Amino acid sequence: MVDRNSPVTEDELHVYVDGELPADRREAVELWLASHPEDAARVAAWRAQAEAIRARYGSVVNEPVPDRLTLDRIMRNRRSWGAIAAAVAIVAFVVGGIAGWMARGAAAAAPSELEMFANEAISAHRLYIGEVRHPIEVRAEEQHLLPWLSRRVGTTLRAPDLSTFDLKLLGGRLLPGINAPAALFMYESGSGERITIYVSRTTEPRTSFRYKISDAFGALRWSEGGYGWVVTGPNDKPRLKAIAERMYEQLDLRTPSPSRSSAGQLISRRGS
Amino acid sequence: MGTFHQDIEAAIPALRRYARALTRDGETADDLVQDTLVRALRSEHLFHGGDVRSWLYTILTNLNRNRLRSLARRPTLTPIGDDDAPDSAGPEAGGRDIERALALLVEEQRTALLLVVLEGLTYREVAEIQGVPIGTVMSRLARARVQIKAYLDGERPALRRIK
Repeated sequence: MVDRNSPVTEDELHVYVDGELPADRREAVELWLASHPEDAARVAAWRAQAEAIRARYGSVVNEPVPDRLTLDRIMRNRRSWGAIAAAVAIVAFVVGGIAGWMARGAAAAAPSELEMFANEAISAHRLYIGEVRHPIEVRAEEQHLLPWLSRRVGTTLRAPDLSTFDLKLLGGRLLPGINAPAALFMYESGSGERITIYVSRTTEPRTSFRYKISDAFGALRWSEGGYGWVVTGPNDKPRLKAIAERMYEQLDLRTPSPSRSSAGQLISRRGS
Repeated sequence: MGTFHQDIEAAIPALRRYARALTRDGETADDLVQDTLVRALRSEHLFHGGDVRSWLYTILTNLNRNRLRSLARRPTLTPIGDDDAPDSAGPEAGGRDIERALALLVEEQRTALLLVVLEGLTYREVAEIQGVPIGTVMSRLARARVQIKAYLDGERPALRRIK
């Protein structure tokens, strides 16, 4: 038999608030609360918390479900699991940054390696885009540009195709980097706008896209697979983000796979 | 199999709600839901009856944990997406407070609290989803509530530490 007069524990108060207390004990808890104002206040506070949470997020269920989350849409793509997995990986990668930002709290005071990276990239960008005659060391037309930079940087580099942004590869140059040599690729648009891509080895774990503003420039950087990347250009975040996504998509699909083209489509659809 | 898909479809709005509260960001939340659905369909053959909804919550909870764990360092640059439209639910002061309070919790506590108070799951279901004994779920709930209360009462406790 349950002793109606036994003291109410804190656990029981939670169980009571969450509606899981057996009926025969509920009454005892209510009696207890009537004579223990501190406990009653705690219970009221917990209930108010739950109310606030429901008030804040409860209405999400009434929102129309976005197309991409309908089962039909997801099933239609089932035949290309590889493609979806790739897209999801990229999505997770891109959104990871937002979560990282929200989960921050013990942010380190010292600049991270990737942050120093971004500074280096911005300095290089600032210095070389102003050069009229010698913005680059080796022109894009020269066959040895990529093999050379790849060898010095230590990975097979490909210069992303950014023609959808009206950006044409001018060429590249080698830079000292922070821990290891860095490659700087420069692109130019028909209107003369210049964008640079900076890449070098890093010990930073994989990170998501981060944006940094420095005067008129914006730099988007991330790291992946032991390499850090920074895209620098005029401070236009949506555009730089789109460029970075396009690059990431091309670089990520470096390993040829049968689902490659469909993955590309998937990602560009998502990005549009 | 028809009902399996129907059960999944029926759970999507609630999954979105849970993910939204977990991540406090609409886009991130929907990405998590999408990832969850893809995995659920892919692992359909591994599902041997039981509550589809709980199973989906389990996948989403695990994906979210992986996501947070993969963020080893917290650089101080602006996150991309910070100029995204604010939540349509409206940032009234109370909503922002509870949002900030939730943000202070460690992931396990936030998950336990949201599954119970927002999703209405039982302690037993939450214990299964989190893969821990019921007692652990209860202590997570208790700690979550103490922290939120302290925050809302105006204390500004030290931000959560990395374990």
